[in-house]
Amino acid sequence: MNVALAKTTTGAVLDGTFAAARGRLPGVGTVAETRQQAFDDFARTGLPTRRIEEWKYTDLRNLLRDVAPLAPTPDQAALAQAAKLVEGLGTGDTQKLVIVDGVFAAGLSDLTSGGGVTVHALSAMLDDATSATRADLLRSRVADPMIALNAAFATDGMLIDIADDAAPSRPLHIVHVATRPSVAAFTRSLVRIGNRARVTLVESFVAAEAAKAYQAHDVAVIWIGDDSDLQHVRVMEDAGDAANIATAIVTVGARTKFNTFSLTTGGGVSRYQSFITLAGEDSELLTNSVHLLRDKQHGDCTFVIDHAAPNCLSREVFRSVLDDRAHSVFQGRINVHQVAQKTDGKMMSRSLLLSDEAEIDNKPELEIFADDVQCGHGATIGALDDSLLFYLRARGLPEKAAQALLIQAFVGEALESIASDDLRDVAISAAERWLESRA
Amino acid sequence: MTALLEVKDLQVRVDDREILHGLTMTVNGGEVHAIMGPNGSGKSTLSHVIAGKPGYEVTGGEILFKGEDLLEMEPDERAAKGVFLAFQYPVEIPGVTTMNFLRTAVNAQRKARGEDEYLVPDFLRKVREVAASLNIPMDMLKRGVNVGFSGGEKKRNEVLQMALFQPSLCILDEMDSGLDIDALRVAADGVNALRSPDRAMVVITHYQRLLNYIVPDVVHVMSQGRVVKSGGKELALELEATGYAQYEEVAA
Ligand SMILES: Nc1ncnc2c1ncn2[C@@H]1O[C@H](COP(=O)(O)OP(=O)(O)OP(=O)(O)O)[C@@H](O)[C@H]1O
Ligand SMILES: [Mg+2]
Repeated sequence: MNVALAKTTTGAVLDGTFAAARGRLPGVGTVAETRQQAFDDFARTGLPTRRIEEWKYTDLRNLLRDVAPLAPTPDQAALAQAAKLVEGLGTGDTQKLVIVDGVFAAGLSDLTSGGGVTVHALSAMLDDATSATRADLLRSRVADPMIALNAAFATDGMLIDIADDAAPSRPLHIVHVATRPSVAAFTRSLVRIGNRARVTLVESFVAAEAAKAYQAHDVAVIWIGDDSDLQHVRVMEDAGDAANIATAIVTVGARTKFNTFSLTTGGGVSRYQSFITLAGEDSELLTNSVHLLRDKQHGDCTFVIDHAAPNCLSREVFRSVLDDRAHSVFQGRINVHQVAQKTDGKMMSRSLLLSDEAEIDNKPELEIFADDVQCGHGATIGALDDSLLFYLRARGLPEKAAQALLIQAFVGEALESIASDDLRDVAISAAERWLESRA
Repeated sequence: MTALLEVKDLQVRVDDREILHGLTMTVNGGEVHAIMGPNGSGKSTLSHVIAGKPGYEVTGGEILFKGEDLLEMEPDERAAKGVFLAFQYPVEIPGVTTMNFLRTAVNAQRKARGEDEYLVPDFLRKVREVAASLNIPMDMLKRGVNVGFSGGEKKRNEVLQMALFQPSLCILDEMDSGLDIDALRVAADGVNALRSPDRAMVVITHYQRLLNYIVPDVVHVMSQGRVVKSGGKELALELEATGYAQYEEVAA
């Protein structure tokens, strides 16, 4: 009874938000219809609650209460702030594609195409009335209320095509900047990578000083062809009271390597859910996810890995360092399809609790329909080792510095998984910012 | 002149059990003191309390370092002021390279003393020099602190740190255990090289042999949480011959 009531309330409020936003959302005809369908899909459940199994530990109705109104189109002041933040990212020489408050900022971005790389703003593609497939840009293979909500509201994002055999010299770098308080941005990017391509993709989430209590809703849909290599690095440093609800939907071809790293230090409420399908044989998936959380931050890292082809390897490692009353969630699900013989899939969750009140929920799941597979999962939860702390302090390190060194050691292995020196340094700097702000 | 280290009537408890029952000892600058005594007599406990390890309750007495109340200081303050303990069982710290650890530690101490941090090239030169003198290959310093080190390598790593930090009070807890004869000589040479009028050493050992290399000015016998006898270096030879039986009775 209560549930139904809550549903209608949220639904009704959102109906208004959607109606108000509709005029501003790019895309006409089929796109508008797809948005309406997506919104209807979302409205059937509303913001997910703990009663939806996949969202059991991240009850958004409770944590978010509502979807904030759509962020206004960024003005000159917002763009100027964003420019400054982008400059300060220190990511070295990357091809920057900047999205400010959910809107692609052409002036801050490098739209150079060439060397097999083509880049477009999603809004332009949705508005392209000559394209028969434009509505597909908003569709996805995963049914989930937050993905549906994103399809309904997505204002902008990137459409990146990487041709067969391409090996762009610079990493592609999508930067999300939030500049305003109490608004929501909905972004959606699609990346299509051909065969025999080698690509590095970076995603950063940053916030200007004034951006508080905002919501970043993002979906990335990625296809990787055969014999390719995608190195993916995501660093989320949203404001500590913001929400970041993001999805990656990745399809991996044959004999391909996909190495993805994500670091979460920001966001009062965050979820990064990845749906990765290993669709071709002999591919390799490595995921390293790190949460560094404090105060009352709630971070959720969810993976659904489908082994849908034989002889693939997947390794998921999740590490969380939790201080104060922070709460981390790790859900890892491996589905091994019947055809996926010789699957080797393992996941591991390691947590370091710096406070008695910090909390971690681990939910590993294996669903195996093939008989010749190796799958496993494990979890460790612990505090910093007192004898190591004392050793360091006896060598002159003050308490916080000794803790910081051990925390760095704890996340170090994950950082090592980043192949590029420049990008590893970016992740290390973000981790260091977190450690320094503890002191 | 104030003594470098004064331990006065020190009483220490662990988990409600008294382990040191009124221990007194004075160490002056330039001196080398040896502490010998049976297993469980409290030698490591004393060294831990001096270094500031948590978990020990000091129920009586005091420890002065250069006239200052050591027990009031955090372990890192003690280190910065020149107290160094070479651990009987050095810990392994995976994920922290020895080099990074050494640099972080040296700079933390320098910062606490209001000195400038080492520049990287200066620091590297210094480490290379000290490591060479102790036969420690630089490759070892690229590994995690003590991770996969042999027992002897761990001990050498302790001496390396001591040589790098240049502390004024060096406590060596069974530095000789696990060292082969050649390594022992190298490590002892490292320690002897540090002997100076304003520095003191407290060498905890079970074996007189170490004291042939590091010749003590004073030898203390500890038994059941007290110093039961002090004497010159000949006391160590005497102990080698007679064992501790007579002292256990004295303490009891
Ligand atoms: N954390 C502790 N909890 C309980 N008892 C302890 C603890 N630490 C030391 N003790 C006890 O205190 C006594 C002294 O131990 P300590 O390690 O100081 O001896 P030691 O003289 O260094 O011995 P050894 O020669 O074997 O190294 C022992 O009986 C030991 O069991
Ligand atoms: Mg001992």
